[in-house]
Amino acid sequence: MSGQREPRVTELGMLSIGLVAAGVIYLAAYLPRRAPLAPAMILLACAAGVLATNALLLARRPGFAWWRFRQVAGWMLLVYLVVAGMLEFTFLYDHTHGAVLVLMTLLLAVFTLNVPLLSAWTVARFENG
Amino acid sequence: MAVAAARELEAPTAAQPLIPLRGLIPVSAIVVGLVATIASDWTWGLDFFHVVGGGMWTALDLFMGFVIGPIMRGLPVPARVELTKRLMPRMLLIMPTLVTMTLAAGFQLARHNGMLSTSYGRHGWVVASMAVVAVMAMVALALLQPANIAVLFELRKPQPNPAIIQGLMRRFIYAAGVTGAMQVATLVIMTRLAT
Repeated sequence: MSGQREPRVTELGMLSIGLVAAGVIYLAAYLPRRAPLAPAMILLACAAGVLATNALLLARRPGFAWWRFRQVAGWMLLVYLVVAGMLEFTFLYDHTHGAVLVLMTLLLAVFTLNVPLLSAWTVARFENG
Repeated sequence: MAVAAARELEAPTAAQPLIPLRGLIPVSAIVVGLVATIASDWTWGLDFFHVVGGGMWTALDLFMGFVIGPIMRGLPVPARVELTKRLMPRMLLIMPTLVTMTLAAGFQLARHNGMLSTSYGRHGWVVASMAVVAVMAMVALALLQPANIAVLFELRKPQPNPAIIQGLMRRFIYAAGVTGAMQVATLVIMTRLAT
């Protein structure tokens, strides 16, 4: 590890997952009625924005062990695609449809990308690039 | 002291799998059983998965945070590393399985019992339980699980760094303590809902 200040990947990842969770809880709290979608869309946009910022900060880090990052992120993505597939199945099983299904799926996608990024970052930061 | 401890560590174990592969059999069986239970809307099965998974998840979080944590802090570094080597691969299989069991079955059970509906008298408690789970998910996915995986990778290096392992284990134990404390809130909410 160099003396360079490390990006706040973990903190930003927590924030992004928190925003996703807030979006899902907001939509679920209105069931069986349909929640006004604007707040959920704002939460989704913020979560995706934080995820993109996180990835960008990480990409600009010199001497990072990308080989290890890709290895861990790949396997974690595989595992969480299975989890996301199960969650998507429950959305469809519960007859979620239309704009709510699109929103829930996008929130799920942001969540699914955050988890491998966090684990892969934590492992790769202790490797030599 | 850290250098001496590093010398005491075993030879590299990079050829071994990161997790005990035999453990994937019960995990797969549980996931298949869970999907089948949800698909068939089997109330007793949902109750079983939710109660058993939730009970074990709560107990394990409290045990890790408030029993194993203090014990580990008092152990010499080589002993901590040895305990970590044996504990963490199993935790990597057990925790996600328990969490998936509890949450997937719990959500379907709540839907089945009408607890998700705003017309349900204690809907506020249901939403509160979701908020508590959200906080636990943030801690688990951003701190606990990455620390667990990073420790396993560090232990596979030819010269594992005990300082890194100690730092990650400290993070793991503290995060488990936080989720353990959140589990107490979950117990309060769940017993309110069940009463």
